[in-house]
Amino acid sequence: MSSTATSLNESLNFQQLKIVKDSRKQMTFWFLVISLLLMCVSSLSIGAMPISTGQTLAILADLVGLQLPWEFSFSQETVITSIRAPRLMMALLIGSVLAVSGAAMQGLFLNPLADPALMGISSGATLAAVAVIVLEATILHEFSVWMGAFSLPISAFLGGFLATLLVYHFALNKGRSDVSSLLLAGIAINALTGSITGLLIYTANDEQLRTITFWTMGSLSGISWSQVITGLPFFLSTLYFLPKFSRALNALLLGEAEAGHLGFPVERVKLLVILLVALGVGASVSFAGIIGFVGLVVPHLLRLWFGPDHCSLLPCSALLGALLLLLADIFARTLVSPAELPIGIITGILGGPFFLWLLRRQRIAGGH
Amino acid sequence: MIVNTNRLSILGIFLFSVIYVLTAEATENTAPSPVIKKKSQRIISLGGDITEIIYALDAEKQLVGVDTSSLWPESVKSLPQVGYFRALSAEGLISLSPDMLIMSDAAGPESVLEQVESTGISSVKIKTSKTAKGVIDKINQVAIALSKPDAGITLNKKIISEFKQLKQSKKQWQQPPPRVVFLFSVSKGSLMVSGSNTAANAMIEMAGGINVVTEYSGYKPINNEALIAASPDFILLTGNTLKMMGGLEKIINLPGLTLTPAARQKNIIVMDTLYLLGFGPRTGKAALELSQQLHPETREKTQ
Repeated sequence: MSSTATSLNESLNFQQLKIVKDSRKQMTFWFLVISLLLMCVSSLSIGAMPISTGQTLAILADLVGLQLPWEFSFSQETVITSIRAPRLMMALLIGSVLAVSGAAMQGLFLNPLADPALMGISSGATLAAVAVIVLEATILHEFSVWMGAFSLPISAFLGGFLATLLVYHFALNKGRSDVSSLLLAGIAINALTGSITGLLIYTANDEQLRTITFWTMGSLSGISWSQVITGLPFFLSTLYFLPKFSRALNALLLGEAEAGHLGFPVERVKLLVILLVALGVGASVSFAGIIGFVGLVVPHLLRLWFGPDHCSLLPCSALLGALLLLLADIFARTLVSPAELPIGIITGILGGPFFLWLLRRQRIAGGH
Repeated sequence: MIVNTNRLSILGIFLFSVIYVLTAEATENTAPSPVIKKKSQRIISLGGDITEIIYALDAEKQLVGVDTSSLWPESVKSLPQVGYFRALSAEGLISLSPDMLIMSDAAGPESVLEQVESTGISSVKIKTSKTAKGVIDKINQVAIALSKPDAGITLNKKIISEFKQLKQSKKQWQQPPPRVVFLFSVSKGSLMVSGSNTAANAMIEMAGGINVVTEYSGYKPINNEALIAASPDFILLTGNTLKMMGGLEKIINLPGLTLTPAARQKNIIVMDTLYLLGFGPRTGKAALELSQQLHPETREKTQ
């Protein structure tokens, strides 16, 4: 009699816990949506050029034919519509893609430290970008003339994608790829591309070196609508399709064999998730260079807050990632204005100490 | 119901007054001030050599911003900095409300320049090459962009006379020409040596010397033995490098240098970075000074 009572009690507690967690997830989701909207408006009205929130709203209203009582100049309108707005869109897309990809990779590798860089995306893209910067005038001259301004983004994208495929290829064993061989292949490819990049950097001149340095620290400067539109299919496919693997990733938390027994085609899930991550992160690297820490910190934080359920982890990661990158971009644009800081520096400064704090807290709580 | 309509009207009045205050404030802030547009244009200079030329043409009052490579003259450091000229920010440039950008042909990124131009700010790209003729061309282009062609001609006359003086002293130069190594350091302990295809190489040749390291292009760290084998007669370096390396004594005693003729005879020439390598309006003077250092025979006669 008493034993049934305790089990009932326990299950009630469990129910309560689940409800608490669920409402927590819901609250987090809507909180993030609202803060993101607010952040969008402030991002549009903050910058080197003084434009008030009222003027920002008036310029936006003017686009749809409404008149608001705030006056604005032509150059203010241009700054909003063709500089800040495309930049805002790109920050939203890249921030969310990086965070979702980070969450998915951490789920796939069952490792909270995993991020897209592990699969060679960043190092492959860096190699290709450095090659274009250094060899633009010599070996790759015709290519860069032919591709024009797109030679750097396209090669970076292809470089990242190719490196990821190589890692996957080398990790395959009889049609199966286990996590540890993926990791090792990733480390090997990273080392190899890193060395070739080093070789290219050795032959670079001063100006190329500085361009490379700035590229590896990431920047959203000079983003135009045409770049946003070019990147949109890549970003949206990652953002749309990756969350569809939430349940498979949840099953993978139990282990690969268990997920297979639950009816998930583990190998296909792995390949598709890796491809989607390479697609989205590759595109973001190609437009904005290397932006670290978003993919690592954001999913981690949310997992601590409401647990590892990917069904809410992935969408919330997207929102928080976008929010974080938007905030970082505001700092990047305004801290040293009229010059600009590389955004990778800001995400590192915001993310690094926070991550350390997280690590300590986790250890105190008796986690791993 | 009555209460509700009351509440609504209070809310309405409140909203109306908020909007009214904000509008008043906004129109006050942005009303165009009745100042007649002045003739002189506001200029942002992107490139240390170009900034130097703008100063030499007495147009520095028009400058509203410069890039991080603009370091000379000293007063340029009080102007707003728009960042490195190859990693510019569109909004930063626009916020200084310039009429024109005058920039080196390496400035970018291209998308940023396009965004700036789309707001009606004009931009002039200056073609550069590391020769005497390139300097004169550069000054002409900047003078035309500033609508000061006369000042450009006057400045060029002075520079051409310096180059002529250099050409005349050529006859007295001893053969074979002195062998020179250019050292460059941006951080403590890492020493780089100029190969071919650098501003240092061009200046050494202009001043009648031979750059001993031409196996590679650009500035790279070099093997000590190769440096000894190259046996330079002169060591050329910039003031910053001297400071980084910790003084003349330290440089003479570096393993790769201590056995060279240059170090044994203490033939070390120190010149300011932008003066020596900038290829701006001081290039003629710098080349002349360097040639007199490399050829003591000409120095004695002119003095």
